Amino acid sequence: MNSPADMQIADPQVAKTELEDPFAAAMAGQDVRGRSLWVDAWHRLLKNKAAVISGIIMFIMLLLVIVGPLLSPWEGDFTDWDNTASPPNFETGHWFGTDAVGRDILVRTLEGGRISLLVGLVATLVSLAIGVTYGAVAGYYGGFTDRIMMRMVDIIYALPFMFFVILLMVVFGRHIVLIFVAIGAVNWLDMARIVRGQTLGLKNTEFVEAAVACGVDHKAIIRRHIIPNLLGVVMVYVTLTIPQVILVESFLSFLGLGVQEPMSSWGALVNDGAQDMESAPWTLVFPATFLTVTLYCFNYIGDGMRDALDPKDRA
Amino acid sequence: MNQEGILRHSATRLLGLIPTLLVLITIAFFLIRMAPGGPFDSEKVLPPEIRANLDAKYHLDEPLMQQYFRYLGQIITLDFGPSFQYKDWTVNELIARGFPVSLTVGGLAMLLAFLVGTSIGITAALRQNTAMDYSIMGVAMLGISIPNFVVAPLLILVLAVYQGWLPAGGWDWSIQRMILPVVTLALPVIAYIARLTRGSMIEVLHSNYIRTARAKGLPGHLVIRRHALKPALLPVISFMGPATAGLITGSVVIERIYSIPGLGSYFVQGALNRDYTLVMGVVIFYGVIIILLNFIVDLLYAWMNPKIRYDEVQ
Repeated sequence: MNSPADMQIADPQVAKTELEDPFAAAMAGQDVRGRSLWVDAWHRLLKNKAAVISGIIMFIMLLLVIVGPLLSPWEGDFTDWDNTASPPNFETGHWFGTDAVGRDILVRTLEGGRISLLVGLVATLVSLAIGVTYGAVAGYYGGFTDRIMMRMVDIIYALPFMFFVILLMVVFGRHIVLIFVAIGAVNWLDMARIVRGQTLGLKNTEFVEAAVACGVDHKAIIRRHIIPNLLGVVMVYVTLTIPQVILVESFLSFLGLGVQEPMSSWGALVNDGAQDMESAPWTLVFPATFLTVTLYCFNYIGDGMRDALDPKDRA
Repeated sequence: MNQEGILRHSATRLLGLIPTLLVLITIAFFLIRMAPGGPFDSEKVLPPEIRANLDAKYHLDEPLMQQYFRYLGQIITLDFGPSFQYKDWTVNELIARGFPVSLTVGGLAMLLAFLVGTSIGITAALRQNTAMDYSIMGVAMLGISIPNFVVAPLLILVLAVYQGWLPAGGWDWSIQRMILPVVTLALPVIAYIARLTRGSMIEVLHSNYIRTARAKGLPGHLVIRRHALKPALLPVISFMGPATAGLITGSVVIERIYSIPGLGSYFVQGALNRDYTLVMGVVIFYGVIIILLNFIVDLLYAWMNPKIRYDEVQ
């Protein structure tokens, strides 16, 4: 970690944004307490153009993925024998073309997106649940319990976790629920570490001491002071974990260890496309683009949220 | 840093490796044994006598705990046992065959990533908040976001299939066949290193001693090279541990796409075929490498960072 002197001279960008921030306006509002943390962060986030644009793109992507397959004239597993491996063509109605057995790439991509995004969300929630509980318990009890629990995290951390996901998939079969659990179960370590660190730190902050001194009871302290401060970091981490998880799932599907036919995900589609790419490059390009755009946007949103909610921890 | 401190620290860390390794071996062992189906399940059903003989030869008929301790004893002598699928090969031989290939690709990728990543990170930091900075960081984010297995087919498509400049895959230790896999593997690491370097370089450039150096009238490039570079590279050094793990993971995909006979492809094949000993061997082997590299990175970090003194730790 850096010395305190280094910490003060963080990015000048932060200092500038904070000066420009309508602190005075916020103070003039009635509910000063409620506004400070979240509204401030929200303003900072809205100033981050990359994050805002990414947010809008992700919203559109989500809509497309959910609604798109319902509107499309094709079913994901329908094989159009008149148009096998045909390039993108508006006349036949296959806007993104078809694969070697005549399935519409557009619908397949959107349906694959459902699975990819679902895995991203659910597996992140699994890792969130495990990580926050584990980290909070370790941080809260402290002492010996904490040392043992964090030592275990250190040990697991040193393991080549991707190999364990592969092992889990091989051992327990390729059911989609297992994908959620397997990825979530190996992804909670960072979350546990961060939550533990935050909990430890928050227990001893001046504002918590001040609250205690003012006679605020413990429940209120946890609700009003600990949780909101924890939530910021956790939210940032969730946003950064989602793309990681999507990536892991695509990785598994690409190796043929992820979701199975007729279900599909972007990783599985990229795998299919990569095999036909010489004769039908569109089967590779479209799913790959959707996957990349999604990961790109999530990373920008995560970055933006980190800058907005957690200005101190920026590198 | 004083010699005794570093020795004591190294000894403690090395001792700390033992429980980590034990956990690694234990999880891997029991996980793979929970898998339905065994190494000798195939299309044709073996006669029971032959099956029993096979099981006895590989000690599969013993109670699981006995097999576990037998395996532990075997590991201590650095013997990973025979492979179940590749007949006539021991796991040690397979690792000895696959690892040099993986090491070459991974090592070159790491070197490339370090050189390119730090250079463009410093370039961006020196032009902070300019168009150049934004475009470098935008491309870096793209490098992080595009998965290896998307980059690889696209590169093959453009450079090998359409242009025909480079071979699409295969392995014969020639430079031409190394270029694509090494570049593909290095790209995300370049991106991470560039982002890390930029961030820490900006922080360092705002510190007092850099201001002092500038005030003395030291030329800009000397300020960077003599004063700013080392502290700015510290986060990159500590990233080398996770980066290695990432490269190893990435190599599984890269080796498959480019048909490279490295350790990663053996692992995937082994996992699919339930080649217990091979899978265990690769997991343990890579686990040890990652753990040892993290250890070396730690020492390197301490050596480069004057703020860390292991002998002064209370």
